[in-house]
Amino acid sequence: MSMAASSAAASARLPWVAGIRPRRLLRALLPALSLTLILIGIAWLNPRAISYFGFNLMLNLAIPIALATIAQMFVITGNDLDLSIGTFVGFVGCVTATWLRDDPLVGALVLIGAISVYAALGALIYLRNLPSIVVTLGMSFVWQGLAILLLPKPGGKAPDWLLQLMGFKPPWVPFPIIAAVVIAVVAHVGLMRTSYGAVLRGAGGNPVAISRAGWSLLKTKAIMFALAGTFGVLSGMALIGITTSADANIGNGYTLLSIAGVILGGGEFVGGRVSPIGAVIGALTLALAASPLLTFMHIPPDWQVGANGAILIIVLAARALISRREG
Amino acid sequence: MADAGATVIVRLDGVEKHFGAVRALDGVDFSVSAGECVGLVGHNGAGKSTLMHVLAGTLAPDDGGIAVGGADQIGYAVVLAQRLGIRCVFQELSLCPNLTVAENARINHAALKGLGWRRRAGDLILAKLDEIFPGHGIGPGDVVRDLPIGKRQMVEVARAFTVTVDPLRLVILDEPTSSLDSQTAGQLLAFVRRVVAGGASGVLISHLLGEVLENSDRIVVMRDGKVVAADRAAAFDRDKLVTAMGAAGKPAHADAERAAERPTAAPVRVRARPERQADGAELVAHEGEVIGLAGLSGHGQTELLLAIFNGAARRTDRIEVTAPVALVAGDRQADGIFPLWSIGQNIGIRSIAGLRKGLLISRASEEEFAAAWQKKMNIRTPDIRNNILSLSGGNQQKALFARALGSDARIVLMDDPMRGVDIGTKREVYELIRQEARNGRTFLWYTTETDELENCDHVYVFRNGRIVADLRRGELTEEKVIQSSFQAAG
Amino acid sequence: MTLVRTLVGRPWIWSFVGALAVWLAAIAFTGGYGAGGMLTAALSLAVFMVIVGVGQMFVITLGPGNVDLSLPANIGLASAVAMKVMDGNDPMVAIGLVAALGTGMAIGAANYLLIWALRIPPIIATLSASFIIQSIDISYGRGLQIKPPPGFADFTITQVAGIPILAILTLLFSIGAGIVLHRTVYGRLVTAVGQNIRAAWLAGIPVGRIRFLTYTLSGTLGGLNGALLAGYFRGANVDIGNEYLLASIAVVVIGGTSVAGGKANLPGVWGAALFLVLLLTMLNTFGVSAGVRLLVTGLVIVGVITAAGGQKASR
Repeated sequence: MSMAASSAAASARLPWVAGIRPRRLLRALLPALSLTLILIGIAWLNPRAISYFGFNLMLNLAIPIALATIAQMFVITGNDLDLSIGTFVGFVGCVTATWLRDDPLVGALVLIGAISVYAALGALIYLRNLPSIVVTLGMSFVWQGLAILLLPKPGGKAPDWLLQLMGFKPPWVPFPIIAAVVIAVVAHVGLMRTSYGAVLRGAGGNPVAISRAGWSLLKTKAIMFALAGTFGVLSGMALIGITTSADANIGNGYTLLSIAGVILGGGEFVGGRVSPIGAVIGALTLALAASPLLTFMHIPPDWQVGANGAILIIVLAARALISRREG
Repeated sequence: MADAGATVIVRLDGVEKHFGAVRALDGVDFSVSAGECVGLVGHNGAGKSTLMHVLAGTLAPDDGGIAVGGADQIGYAVVLAQRLGIRCVFQELSLCPNLTVAENARINHAALKGLGWRRRAGDLILAKLDEIFPGHGIGPGDVVRDLPIGKRQMVEVARAFTVTVDPLRLVILDEPTSSLDSQTAGQLLAFVRRVVAGGASGVLISHLLGEVLENSDRIVVMRDGKVVAADRAAAFDRDKLVTAMGAAGKPAHADAERAAERPTAAPVRVRARPERQADGAELVAHEGEVIGLAGLSGHGQTELLLAIFNGAARRTDRIEVTAPVALVAGDRQADGIFPLWSIGQNIGIRSIAGLRKGLLISRASEEEFAAAWQKKMNIRTPDIRNNILSLSGGNQQKALFARALGSDARIVLMDDPMRGVDIGTKREVYELIRQEARNGRTFLWYTTETDELENCDHVYVFRNGRIVADLRRGELTEEKVIQSSFQAAG
Repeated sequence: MTLVRTLVGRPWIWSFVGALAVWLAAIAFTGGYGAGGMLTAALSLAVFMVIVGVGQMFVITLGPGNVDLSLPANIGLASAVAMKVMDGNDPMVAIGLVAALGTGMAIGAANYLLIWALRIPPIIATLSASFIIQSIDISYGRGLQIKPPPGFADFTITQVAGIPILAILTLLFSIGAGIVLHRTVYGRLVTAVGQNIRAAWLAGIPVGRIRFLTYTLSGTLGGLNGALLAGYFRGANVDIGNEYLLASIAVVVIGGTSVAGGKANLPGVWGAALFLVLLLTMLNTFGVSAGVRLLVTGLVIVGVITAAGGQKASR
């Protein structure tokens, strides 16, 4: 018996609770736990932030971050990595603030074209067996260049309908929270509950088996990337809906944020193991930790960037500690 | 039992397949009729798996024809094969570890979609598991990654027999019992016999000749890409099969020299107590001994070996190891092989520090070392500098042995290394182990094949992570081992 | 004919061919003017990519998921440390270099500590570390206006027969690195770990130690790069290392090292560095805008990797 299987066998004899191992449960809850901890921290530091208005403000940017994180999640499910999602979001933002407003038909066509490019990249990566890190690295330059060509200087304006959508203020529950729930539910149902979603995830877990069963790996790869492109477009549009104007560099931090969000949410780089709900929670956690929490803690601006790193490390350390006990 | 007039389900005519210079299939005629189970035997590299891949549609032959149900097939591929009712369970498991059992069932059945697919898939696979392996203890919501390898194999096998839209005409089983313990193996083979009696067909590939002889109607023997013998199963016996397969030399019991008792005055090399052991029993291995670890698979043998392997670096109160340790893995792909390297580099990696001249590795020393071990292990390859994957499975295993034996390790742990290895290779390696033991090396050998335990001085039988019996050479019989492994632990 | 065939068979040759092609295109545009100068400038800048490229190459060879994303922050901090310690004094150059190397080494070790002790995937560990290092650099380097010692600065731009001394030294360094990779036990063990980490552990290889050494090596080289860059560009700043994140990964991959680990290609790092630098030079010569420059660089990277194709599947 292989080494991996025998340790799996060992843990298979741990006590079960309603069909779920207690430590596995703890691990799955970790994203939610970290989010709660950060919320507690915020509440303690600045109680007034825990209000409709406060959440609306703090979680403002959570929507585009969550969308970008889901985009990255689709790519990671297929054992790839998208290093271009950040600059892609920036490019989409620039298109949104210019063409989508001034010439909606052209704008829409460009965005649809961008999604097709993503799908084509997925197909290319499969057909030529390319390392996605390098391909998306190259594409990050492409999207950045296109964004700069479109908007050499910050400017443009978001279309009115987008401003209205993102400025929507529902009663009782802040819009960002509703949006996050919707995004999480859609992604969860799509990837985890549908029958084709199982095929998509299987393509990440054991591609040879999937292709032997008669499914087209070319299709699964192209679809995963197309989904990433779609959510990337949504992320860019949402971002501009909030910031009202665009600049070519606006999305650059999203690449690493999205990767961190997926991992925080319990996903892993290989094996097709991801959690859409965890990813959204991870994105929310990062959105809160990235700025509001630090501001409330009065961390000097010099150290804000460093504090981001520290928070990431703390959460992952917690996950490691729990995983280690799980065996 | 197939009568002479039974319909032919599938026929391969003059099939050829080359991989570069290697002739995997050299003009093979093969057919299976309805209601018969065909046993397929041969050394590793004889072409059995390749032939089955062609049959299942996962490999396209370079030449030759395939006819299913009497109709010639053009552009035969996996999807077509499935539609025609041909399923297979290959040696490399085809489950997605990140999906649940039910989801894995869905993967094989495109028809399981739409609302409620999860429930239907779960019911389908559960029903089949209950039918083949009563008392299996597997739930449709279990994630495959969490299942031990025996249960994974059960799921894989059960899945192959599930039917939704396409009929089930022929099931190909390639080493299906290699990860199963004797009880579940028996359940599977009994099921296959029932299915065949009901009119479907089966192809059974196994290195366990006893299994093949007992469960096949007809046996086909392959050697070097060709079919060299084919007849009713009753016309063969073990020795005839071995001869046809091409293994020269003495049968397994010939070596009577093992009778000499190991002097227990030799120094103790390993002392190890399993984590769950309550009664203080422990495994003790002296220098020059060959110690067997037996019992149903997955009952703590591998864990103890790993603990001993780690114990060489870090002493604990459970484990005591007094000499360098090496481990020969059974799962070559996952635990042993460095796929980008040559055979020579794979062999030398444990001893690399000693192959230096000054600070740098000496190419000459490396090649000398590799050549010496190729000769000693009789590794069949035209050039030791070829990539390791150019070797057949049995020869790859020999390379892994060479790596361990060529190092300075005095204790060699073996984690069921003979799984899926052909008889010829096995015999050569057994002899080598006996020789090395005479020269003072200690072997700890976990094996799932009770036959192999005859090579051991002592056998510790495991159950539920504990040692439940300690049998000396003289007391060793297959019945005793199986009996103790089923007893409740003390 | 066999010479050509063996050359063509080598994977690293293509990056050099690419570099040659780009150089020729640039010369064609200028009508042959400044061809030599272009090469010299390219060599000067390629040096910095090669130094961190070698470190990154060893890290990537450790296996899938291993990459050092802390390089830009590392370079930034090391440049500041070097400048502060040297303090404009030539006699302090050696100590300043040691300090920069030490900083890089400490960063590399800290990276591995995160990876090993906290079981954080290297991408995230090095990324998080880079955030923290950046903050350290910002506060440490606040208001830093120190110029490098004149002797040191001059040394970084000295040329011998049109070839920068740094290039010659880096070439020697690369040869040394190649020997380490192919002919030392350490190099052999790195490629073993990269191919199959489980098999490496079971074969008795001290996997943790090998990874530790490799991340420390990458960090140290980052520190060296920081010091040299500060000398070359006559001053340290936080952003001095920013382009080296993507550059270090690009030269490794375009140069033919396998992203899946276990197969490193050292000459390729040089070819790819020259190729990238010449590409940028060529675009500058054509007078293109920033946006077009980025676009073309990206398309070229995608084009090159597509043409080269990926690792052949092992079945």
